[in-house]
Amino acid sequence: MVAGVSPAGEETLAADTAAATKPIRKGARMRTPSGHKVYAIAAEYSSASELYEAAKRVRDAGFKRWDVFSPFPIHGMDEAMGLGKSWLSAVVLIGGITGLLTAVTLEFGPSWLIYPVIVHGKPFNWATVPEFFPIMFELTVLFAAFSAFFANLIMNGLPRWHHPIFNWDRFARATNDGFFLAIEARDPRFSEMETHDLLVETGGLHITIVHEED
Amino acid sequence: MDGATTVPEVTENEEIAPSERPLTRVPLVLNRRSYGWITERIAGAVENRAPRWWWVAFAVTAGIAGFGLFCLGYQISTGVGTWGLNHPVGWAWDITNFVFWIGIGHAGTLISAILYLLRQKWRTSINRSAEAMTLFAVICAAIFPGIHVGRVWMAWYLAPLPNNYGIWPNFRSPLMWDVFAVSTYFTVSVLFWYTGLIPDLATLRDRATSKIKKFLYGIFAVGWRGSNRHWRHYEMAYLLLAGISTPLVLSVHSVVSFDFATSILPTWHTTIFPPYFVAGAIFGGFAMVLTLMLPARALFKLHDIITLQHIDKMAKIILLTGSIVSYAYLMEFFMAWYSGNQYERFAFWNRVLGPYWWYWWVGMLFCNALSPQLFWFRWCRRNVYVVYFVCMCVNAGMWFERFIIIVGGLHRDFLPSSWGLFIPTWVDIWTFIGTHGIFLSLFLLFIRFLPMIAMSEVKIVLPESDVHRHDPIAVTEKEHA
Repeated sequence: MVAGVSPAGEETLAADTAAATKPIRKGARMRTPSGHKVYAIAAEYSSASELYEAAKRVRDAGFKRWDVFSPFPIHGMDEAMGLGKSWLSAVVLIGGITGLLTAVTLEFGPSWLIYPVIVHGKPFNWATVPEFFPIMFELTVLFAAFSAFFANLIMNGLPRWHHPIFNWDRFARATNDGFFLAIEARDPRFSEMETHDLLVETGGLHITIVHEED
Repeated sequence: MDGATTVPEVTENEEIAPSERPLTRVPLVLNRRSYGWITERIAGAVENRAPRWWWVAFAVTAGIAGFGLFCLGYQISTGVGTWGLNHPVGWAWDITNFVFWIGIGHAGTLISAILYLLRQKWRTSINRSAEAMTLFAVICAAIFPGIHVGRVWMAWYLAPLPNNYGIWPNFRSPLMWDVFAVSTYFTVSVLFWYTGLIPDLATLRDRATSKIKKFLYGIFAVGWRGSNRHWRHYEMAYLLLAGISTPLVLSVHSVVSFDFATSILPTWHTTIFPPYFVAGAIFGGFAMVLTLMLPARALFKLHDIITLQHIDKMAKIILLTGSIVSYAYLMEFFMAWYSGNQYERFAFWNRVLGPYWWYWWVGMLFCNALSPQLFWFRWCRRNVYVVYFVCMCVNAGMWFERFIIIVGGLHRDFLPSSWGLFIPTWVDIWTFIGTHGIFLSLFLLFIRFLPMIAMSEVKIVLPESDVHRHDPIAVTEKEHA
C-alpha cells in the first residue's frame, strides 16, 4: 500500500516535496519524507491510445528503466517503448535443434548400435531412415515448446512472488481495464519534479509515487 | 453476473444493415461492451456461486465418470477378455474411441494455433474453451490404448528406458510414433493453454476476495503484472507455440492414420488416410466445440462475446471439412473400383451392404456427408437449434466412421472361415459412456474454476484497443461525430 497521507489516499510526489523537511535524493536510495524507499513514479491513463502516446513521449525523453502495464498486449507498443523484436525465438530455435539431436541419438544409438534387434524382418539400412522421422519431428516440437514456455517465464523474471508496483492499490486494475505507466527511481534521468511534470503533460491521471516495500 | 451494466442482456439481432455502413465489419463483441464488462462477465462466471444446474450436471457426469472408472478397474483386474474383442476383430470400440477422442481434440488446436497464424480474430472468443476441450479429449483418448495393451503395469515398455531385459522400443513402428505423437500433443497443448491462461489467472488473482483464492490464483499467475516488457516476450512465445502446434496437430492425426495405413488390410492400406483423418478430426472437433459452447453461451449469457457471427464461421468450417471428408469417402470407393483389387472391392461393397450397412448409411452418409450440407444456407448457420442438431449428427457420425474403418476392415478376413462380428459387452459400452462422463466432468470443473473465455485476448479485438485507429467502426463513428 502507498503510505497515503492525502484524503484521496494517494501521495503525490509534488505534495511530498512541499512537505519535505530534507531534500529527496536522486537514484535508487530515494526516500519519501515518511522514510519509504521509492520504487517509481506511476500514472494511470484512460485508454490504450493515451498510454501509447505517453510511451512515445517517455521513450523520446530518454528513459531506460520504465514500463507500461495493460490488460492486453497493445499493438505497436514495443516500438513506442523503443524495444526491439523479442529474442525469445532464438531460444526456441536452439530448443528445437536440441530436440532433433536428442531424437537422432535416442533412435539411432540403441536401434542401430546398442540393440540392433530385427523386428518384422525389417533391415537396417539407409532406406529405412525415413521411418525414424516422425519421432524426430515430435521431439523437435516437444523441446521447442518447452523452450518457448520456459524462456517466456525466465526472460520475464517470472515466477515472482511480489513486485513493488503491486503496492499501488489502483494497480489491481492493470489486469482488468487500467492502463499504467511507471518510471523507476533507479533510472539515471529520474528527477522528482521533471518526471512528474512529464507524466502530467502526457495526460497521466492519479500520478503517485510507488514505494519499494509495503 | 452482478456489476454488469444495464445494457440488454441478450441480443440476437446483431445485424447491421450493410447499406448503412458500407465499409464496416460487424464487430466481434457486440453492444460496444467495455473492458470492465468483459472482465465482469467472464470472471463473474467463476467468482459467483455455482448455479444449481451446474451441481446437477456435475453430479450426473461425475457419476457416469465414476462408473466408467469402475469399468476400467474391472477390465484391468480381470483382463481384456471383459471386452468383446475376439478373432478376427481385435480392435473395435477401444481403438474407435481412441481415434474419436483424439480427433475431437484437433479442433481446439486448430482454433488456438492455425486460426491464430491466419489472424482470424474471431477465434479469441472460443479458443480457451476449445483448448480445454482438447486436453480433456486427449485424456479420454489416452485411456483406451493405455488399457488395451492388456497389462497396464507393463506400459513402461513403450518408453525408451534402458533395462536389463535387452528390450528396446521399435522406433520404426507406427504404434511407437503414436506414443510420441500423442504424448507430445498433450504436453504442448498443456503448455500452450497455460501460457494463454497466465494473464487471465492474474485477473482472477487481482479480483479474488478470499485469501485462499488469492493465494492459489496468485501461484498459478506466476506474478504476472501486464508489463509490456513481458507482453513482448509473451507474444513471441505465443506466436511460436502456435507456429509449432500447427504442424504438430496435422502430424498427430496423420500418425494415428498410419496405424492403419501402414498395414496391409483392404480399406486400411491407403495413402489418402492422413489428410482424410486430419479433415475428419477437425470436422468432428468443431462439432464438439459447438456442442459445448452453445449451452455455455446460453447459460452464462455470453451472447455478446460468442456472437452468431462466430457460430456462422464455425458452421462454415464444419461445412468445409465435412465436404473434404465426403470427398474422401467418394474417393475411397473410386479407388476400390479403380484398383481392380477384388478384396478392396469386396470390402467396400461390404461397407454399404454388409452386416454393418446401417452404420454406413446413417453414420457416414447421413450424419457426416449430408447433414453439414445444411450449412450452405445462412439461415441454418445462424439458427442455434439447426447448428446443434447438425453438431449432434456429426458427433455421432464421426464415431460411426471410425467404427466402420476399424471393424469394417477386420470383420471380413481374407478367408471366409475367419469371418466374425463384433459384439460389445457391457464393459465396452460403459467404458465409452464413462469417458463422456470424464470429459464433461472435467469441462464443468474448468468452467467453474477457470475463465472459459480468454479475457485478455477478447479485449484486443475491441475497437478502442487499436491505438492506430485502423478499425473501420472506430473510424466511421469518429466521422459521424
